[in-house]
Amino acid sequence: MSQITPGDSELWSSLRRHTQARIGLGRSGSALPTRHRLELQAAHAAARDAVHSPFDPDAVVAGLAGMPTVRVRSAAPDRLTYLQRPDLGRRLHAIDRAHLPVGEWDVVFVVADGLSSRAVHEHAAAVVRRTTERLPSWAVAPVVLAEQARVALGDDIASAMGAVMVVMLVGERPGMSAADSLGAYLTHRPVPGVTTDADRNCLSNIRPPMGLSYEGAAAKLAGLMGRARELEATGVALKDESDAVVPPT
Amino acid sequence: MSYTSVLGGRHHRFDTLARLLAAASPERSGDRLAGLAAASERERVAARWALADVPLAQFLAEPLIPYESDDVTRVILDTHDTAAFAPVAGLTVGEFREWLLSPGADAAALAALAPGLTPEMVAAVSKLMGNADLVAVARKVRVVTAFRSTIGLPGRLATRLQPNHPTDDPAGVAAALLDGLLLGSGDAVIGINPATDSPKAVRDLLELLDGVIQRYAIPTQSCVLCHVTTSVDLMSRGAPVDLVFQSIAGTQAANASFGVTLGLLDEAYEAALALQRGTVGRNVMYFETGQGSALSAGAHHGVDQQTVEARAYAVARRYDPLLVNTVVGFIGPEYLYDGRQILRAALEDHFCGKLLGLPMGLDICYTNHADADDDDIATMLTMLGVAGASFVICTPGGDDIMLNYQSASYHDALYLREVLGLRPAPEFEAWLESIGLLDDRGAIRDAVGGHPLTAIGRELAA
Repeated sequence: MSQITPGDSELWSSLRRHTQARIGLGRSGSALPTRHRLELQAAHAAARDAVHSPFDPDAVVAGLAGMPTVRVRSAAPDRLTYLQRPDLGRRLHAIDRAHLPVGEWDVVFVVADGLSSRAVHEHAAAVVRRTTERLPSWAVAPVVLAEQARVALGDDIASAMGAVMVVMLVGERPGMSAADSLGAYLTHRPVPGVTTDADRNCLSNIRPPMGLSYEGAAAKLAGLMGRARELEATGVALKDESDAVVPPT
Repeated sequence: MSYTSVLGGRHHRFDTLARLLAAASPERSGDRLAGLAAASERERVAARWALADVPLAQFLAEPLIPYESDDVTRVILDTHDTAAFAPVAGLTVGEFREWLLSPGADAAALAALAPGLTPEMVAAVSKLMGNADLVAVARKVRVVTAFRSTIGLPGRLATRLQPNHPTDDPAGVAAALLDGLLLGSGDAVIGINPATDSPKAVRDLLELLDGVIQRYAIPTQSCVLCHVTTSVDLMSRGAPVDLVFQSIAGTQAANASFGVTLGLLDEAYEAALALQRGTVGRNVMYFETGQGSALSAGAHHGVDQQTVEARAYAVARRYDPLLVNTVVGFIGPEYLYDGRQILRAALEDHFCGKLLGLPMGLDICYTNHADADDDDIATMLTMLGVAGASFVICTPGGDDIMLNYQSASYHDALYLREVLGLRPAPEFEAWLESIGLLDDRGAIRDAVGGHPLTAIGRELAA
């Protein structure tokens, strides 16, 4: 049984205001009390399910309010392969490449399952809509819905479509406290195989109400895109100075 | 030179030593990703037959990565001790396995041999060994290091207390620190992964840890795991740096991707030694490594990930470190797919590090996209405890909220000490006793209300 005196229990609950770490759990012998063991397992189960639940493009389309979309797969045929072969997740499936509309696009938004389809189902469409609302004069390509995709798949997509910029909205690796965190990666004139992560700007933890809000993410993204257009660059050359315009989350 | 074997009537040929070592490696996703893995299970075993016949001396004659273009190769060959190598100089890899398992290869013989071994030799022999072999040999090796506590003594298991916080909030760090101390953790190091590498933020954390260590006279050392250049900068400005940390890898190009050169490490080592902050020893460096980092940096030169990992240990041993650990499951399933592969890698890394003379510990861990869970942690912890790991990394409840992965918990370390009869570092054990945290069996007792240490938390929570 766990042995925490009332005084200790008060101390730990006041300390928990400062950290989400699993502190003051008590002990059963050397081990965790049953309740805490099961709580850990529940958090792990939510993360595992987020990694392995299939991507449902229809769920995203429903939230896009009629915006045109196109669906693609990466060269990774299934989840098992995807997890072990990041190189395949960065390349377009040969057949799907031909379906991408080529044009004079200023930007293409790619909604990609990444490591949490749950994050994408819950948050991606709202971020795309609110960001494009802030870009009335931009030629926005049809939204690409990409399955078994890594961040760099956006490079291949933008380059195939002739888009100047790509915004990759991708499910982040689930943690124990959040399995639905969405990341956004902005890259200017990506070149597949040449562009590196140092050439991108990233927003992470888009996950209202705990993380970044949709409005906050859209404002930051649109701000970054505007300056990327002026600078003709993203990455270390483009610092994120947009905090001032972001409403509190 | 090429290497051949005949298995089941079929002829197998491996063009280079690197190719042979890769094909002989136990299955792991990273070698497949690199295109280096054996094409079939039979080819894997055929490679092992061929590897068993390779003379150990061949690894001195045929560098896997050219001497001219890689400073890790230069460290390996320039520091090789021919006299120490003599007892095994005439053996093949297969014979070396048998020698290591023999009673004659005792603690003294293995300690004397270490400077005569290269990473490639120990990586090669590990590929012929089963998991039990890796345990049986590693547990014979003793590597003892010291700063304010002594790590690696027989019958002891130390822990790194890892009180990380996503924003380096001092109260949040202190809360997790208190939790760990009350559970008897922290004798290897109290080590924080900072959220940023800014000198100010790192210094604040260093001052916090140093304050607690001094106030309670805890015989341990602190470390904020920032980049080596940040540590050098902070030392020059009088910050309380106990140990200099750096992530390292097994090729010059991979180290360059970390922003690290041997020259930088030399400079940091000298600066940390000069501070003379240790009380019972002068080992001042702390290194982390992990299979897959060279491939991840595109800098593996066609060498399999376990062999490249072992090469990082040649960098580490140049600096007589207090602590070295492999962060074995952190890098993700594209390098080590599941609990089985992570366990194998943990045993290999510990074995290779120990044979090369390093104070080897482990961060036994996994990420949520790997096929592993807390049962894998328990299995690995138990096997590595039996193998004599110098220390393990421990987090509150096994969940690191800053790095977003699962590692061992403070509770897990108590389990391991209990089932294997292991005790903390002697100085730390005496301290635990002195502040009333040990019961009459020497086990951690529950700190009942108002224990003096809880002031660490009460003040911050106020």
